[in-house]
Amino acid sequence: MSAATATLPTRIRPQAGRFTRIWRRRSTAAVLMCLPLILLLLLLVVYPAAYAIYLAMLNKRMTAFVGMGNFVFLLKRATFHLVIFQSCLFAVSAVIAKASIGFTLAHLMHVIPPNRQRLLRGLLLIPWVVPLALSTLGWWWLFDPSYSAFNWILDGIGVPQVAWLGNTGWARFSMILVNTWYGSPFFMIMYLAALKSVPHELFEAAAIDGASAWQKLRFVTLPMMRNIISITVLFSLIVTFADFTIVRILTAGGPQDTTHIFATYAFEVGIQSGDIPLGAAVSLFMLPILAVASFFILRGVMRRNREMAAG
Amino acid sequence: MTLTRRTALRTAAAAAALPLVHIRSAGAAGKLTLGLWDHWVPAGNGAMKKIIDAWAEKNKVEVGIDFITSVGNKNLLTIAAEAQSKTGHDVEAFPAWEILNNQQNLEPVDDVVEGLIKQYGAVNPVNEYLSKVGGHWMAVPSSSGTQYKPSCARISVFKNAGADVQAWFPARAEHSALADQWTWDKLLELAPQAQKAGLPFALGLGQTTDSVDFVGALFRSFGAQMVNEKGEVSVKSDTVRQALEYMAKLTKFLPPDVFSYDDASNNRALISGKAGMIFNPPSAWAVAKRDNPSVAADCWTFPTPAGPKGRFVPYLPYFWGIWSFSKNKSAAKDLLTHLAQREQVEALSTAVSGYDIPPFLAMADLKVWEQVEPPLGTVFNYPIRPFHNATPSIAALPAPPDIAVQIYNRATMTTMVAKMTQGGQSMEQVLAWAQDELEGFMR
Repeated sequence: MSAATATLPTRIRPQAGRFTRIWRRRSTAAVLMCLPLILLLLLLVVYPAAYAIYLAMLNKRMTAFVGMGNFVFLLKRATFHLVIFQSCLFAVSAVIAKASIGFTLAHLMHVIPPNRQRLLRGLLLIPWVVPLALSTLGWWWLFDPSYSAFNWILDGIGVPQVAWLGNTGWARFSMILVNTWYGSPFFMIMYLAALKSVPHELFEAAAIDGASAWQKLRFVTLPMMRNIISITVLFSLIVTFADFTIVRILTAGGPQDTTHIFATYAFEVGIQSGDIPLGAAVSLFMLPILAVASFFILRGVMRRNREMAAG
Repeated sequence: MTLTRRTALRTAAAAAALPLVHIRSAGAAGKLTLGLWDHWVPAGNGAMKKIIDAWAEKNKVEVGIDFITSVGNKNLLTIAAEAQSKTGHDVEAFPAWEILNNQQNLEPVDDVVEGLIKQYGAVNPVNEYLSKVGGHWMAVPSSSGTQYKPSCARISVFKNAGADVQAWFPARAEHSALADQWTWDKLLELAPQAQKAGLPFALGLGQTTDSVDFVGALFRSFGAQMVNEKGEVSVKSDTVRQALEYMAKLTKFLPPDVFSYDDASNNRALISGKAGMIFNPPSAWAVAKRDNPSVAADCWTFPTPAGPKGRFVPYLPYFWGIWSFSKNKSAAKDLLTHLAQREQVEALSTAVSGYDIPPFLAMADLKVWEQVEPPLGTVFNYPIRPFHNATPSIAALPAPPDIAVQIYNRATMTTMVAKMTQGGQSMEQVLAWAQDELEGFMR
């Protein structure tokens, strides 16, 4: 039957209806197949985001629309200035530390023969695999000023104890340290994958040309990894800015509010103090900062892609 | 009798209908869902369930109970989610400030509370401050989870410093003249000796409730108000300066880590035998009884020190509220009335070794506080008794509750102390910061 249909002249083939024509389009099929995902995104991303924006524009009792009032109010508060500073300090320092350690570990791992890499790779991934709340509790015990294992060691070698979570400087350091410990394996695994995809011939050619290790890194490895570095930094920046667990468990924002970041401050203002609109406004402050960072990072990635395509 | 097809069908139909009849009678007065606080003391949930099950059986109400933990503020998140979605439990357990935060979504319960007041007399005044809005009771004060945070001291540490806490506050219903010696000045006198003995007073200056409650009680006993009852910022006052100056002196003799204390830190310090005193309910003593019995046997609980304006004991209550979207408000009110009766309050408090404090002042004579040990009478003075001449208090009183809730939850008072003592800021810098912060709470 199908063979017979195929041999019929076009003019006597039955005309397909408009609906059938739309149905047969590839784009229609694509939309239909993506529909469940689109609905899921609408439900789990767009709706909560829109609702958060709506909430952030209400008064404290959620009975009146105040427009940008909550945002303007926050920008006038000294404590919120501190929160912006701390969020940026925490996210930028932790991402730089994670990227540097991940990059170094990936290179060290890359020179180890593949059959010996497996165990080390698995061990190094443990911090990233263990649920963050649990591992942070472990760190909290290590930092606990009264029973800290670190202080016990310091005591043992005659060094004065450190108020890891009670002193502003040390508390900030401790938060960044835990985030770096947790996030470095992600960078390592991404950079290791990128390293493995760099054609070996490039390194051979560089070696023949007499390039030093530093020159190979500077002129071969880094240019080949620039896109993956940019994407991982962007991804990590978003996740680190939105972090809640580490700060909440280690310091809950103290001492003297000097370790609060957007998420913990939003929780304290919105849920604990019963001002949900102001809490929503605090959390939305992440949006412009991350949007600007995303714009520049993704623009760089697209520019390099175009250059590579043209080249 | 011969079994015919007709009789077999009739018997089967009757058998099938039996459970339906049962279900109807079991839930004849409808359904009720409860979101109650998951008690620290494991026996607390079982005792509560037993009482509610008996009531449900008697009143033919189908009751579902969820015990929701306050660990990680899960109860606060549940309350916020149910208030937003206008659906969830019929009755919810609300921690201290949450009645005010959710007042527009709660059913007034004047009939229940007024009836109980007629029955048992005055309710703890802090309950009225926290749950009476516009002249209406918006929730029923609960005993479950309600606590005082008095002094819990090591008898031997105080004795070595020349103070006999058992003589100050004996386990008898009488006022001892020696009790008047227990003042903030006395505490400041004892603190260096306790520190010297290696058992400093573990008084938190962090941002969680134990720290806030202790500093709040101290401020009140100095007459220091952050915001007055009219809602005016009153932080730049002599009394606030006096309270801060006192704290500057005291902090020198506290453990260096008090600025990072959470609600478990002081408990751990006492239980591990590293602290001479804490401000806490008897939960720390109860854990010590299990984990470090010699420490527990050396503990004595008694009211907080008195200051120039009186003796104020931190009080942190729980409430039972009925959501306005509840579908069975009458059954909910019946149940809450039942739970607030002396018999039930006593059973619940006894099950948790006296941790729960009844909201009605007339119930401060439950037997459980006389009976628990070691040492016998250790928590006799845990509830405020008339002869203590003490006032229950919550930090930030007398500020209007919608401002006080923020002072409390943002830990403004402990942050002021930390800024001055740890941060090295001057008194005027601290007061200027507090003034700005408090003005922000007025929005």
